[in-house]
Amino acid sequence: MAKLNLALYWASSCGGCDVAVLDVNEKILDIAAVADIVLWPVAVDGKYADIEAMEPGTIDVCLFNGAVRNSENEHIAMLLREKSKVMVAFGSCAVSGGIPALANFKERDEVLKRVFMETPSTVNPEGVLPLTRCEVPEGTLSLPEFYKYVHCLDQVVEVDYYVPGCPPTPQRIWDVVQAIVSGNLPPRGATVGATEKSLCDECKRIKQNKKVKRFYRVHEIIPDPERCLLEQGLLCMGPVTRGGCGAQCISANMPCRGCYGPLPGVIDQGAKYISSIGSIMDVQSPEEVESLLETIADPAGTFYRFGMSTALLRGANR
Amino acid sequence: MENFEPKIIGFLCNWCSYAGADLAGVGRMQYPSNLRVIRVMCSGRVDPTFVFKALSEGADGVLIAGCHPGDCHYTDGNYNTLKRIPLMLKVLEQFGVEKERVRMEWISAAEGSIFAGVVKEFTETVRKLGPYKRNGLERGGKVG
Ligand code: SF4
Ligand code: SF4
Ligand code: FES
Repeated sequence: MAKLNLALYWASSCGGCDVAVLDVNEKILDIAAVADIVLWPVAVDGKYADIEAMEPGTIDVCLFNGAVRNSENEHIAMLLREKSKVMVAFGSCAVSGGIPALANFKERDEVLKRVFMETPSTVNPEGVLPLTRCEVPEGTLSLPEFYKYVHCLDQVVEVDYYVPGCPPTPQRIWDVVQAIVSGNLPPRGATVGATEKSLCDECKRIKQNKKVKRFYRVHEIIPDPERCLLEQGLLCMGPVTRGGCGAQCISANMPCRGCYGPLPGVIDQGAKYISSIGSIMDVQSPEEVESLLETIADPAGTFYRFGMSTALLRGANR
Repeated sequence: MENFEPKIIGFLCNWCSYAGADLAGVGRMQYPSNLRVIRVMCSGRVDPTFVFKALSEGADGVLIAGCHPGDCHYTDGNYNTLKRIPLMLKVLEQFGVEKERVRMEWISAAEGSIFAGVVKEFTETVRKLGPYKRNGLERGGKVG
């Protein structure tokens, strides 16, 4: 069999997805045996010009991680889409916006002001903001345009498969690679590397009676390592999140943050979570409800930690 | 915003509020036609997804009405409503949506005039707020 041409790209991301690919450890050699890596900015040298020169369809599979935040991300997404037979949204940012998309709670100008003027580590008395073009004696410098909205990949180009996770676990990545190599892929548009059932389904903790009198932030209690975290008042997203990660956070005694995304059929993970939380709150009067809700520090940011690009209500840039 | 006629979606529970709306109708009480009623079996059936979807697809306001606490046909469905909706309102505000666009009310089958009054008042509230601002972004594919 001819070797596959594989591209891996990072757009607006932290680099964690690329590291997760390296975390398949010695199996990376097996990947190299079946695939030629034509682009992987984090690990191998490559130029956009080489990709531009390719015939459409030259790349068999592109694993695209990161959200689309600026014009460069968008340009490369469109370029790689054109050159790739199979486009995979790889990791939560590409799938649904991920952490970068939390910026959608703020207006573009607020984000720029915060980052370039107000952060404690910034010294910028003249209030210089990045420009897309800037004339200097040596010529013109250019920067990508910072968009007002953080998009997930399928809001920009067509996506064939979705691999959620922040990052996807090495075991699941290996499963995906094997599926690609064997040609044993599910129908287009499918989510791969995650299960169809909720994380609670694979979670081994003892589940009794979900009745909560107050919520805690993770630093406020040391939870019992055997019992369901939600029952102990930690906002575990397990009930509304796909399984497949092996309940990693749960094993570290941390609640699930929801990175594997919503269950099949759920269009808005946060809305679904509000629904489940509502029914476990062990209070009745409106006043008690209010004071219990006070114990949730940042509901929207918590419930939409990875899903802001796909949230039904779009945020400040609506 | 002259001549703005708000679109309001009303989720009414079958056993109390829908019957209350019916009574308002039978009693020929006048109330604005801005409300589009969707009958649900219980206010506890109203998933926040319904509300967010209504807003994102054309509604300017959403009314959720059910039996008075203690009177739910399914015993405690409306207690879930009573806990869920305030949490949903917090989330709405963080999204930059005025929480006055969503209203929760308890209306019994005998309270036709209260129903008509709530619809009148709520329509005016939403009219003052103006149209719900949506952006034109289309979601590309089907995630999840
Ligand atoms: S809510 Fe969290 S801790 Fe509880 S069963 Fe589900 S995944 Fe496990
Ligand atoms: S437990 Fe939740 S947040 Fe942690 S890896 Fe799994 S899906 Fe992601
Ligand atoms: S049946 Fe009316 S609120 Fe439950």
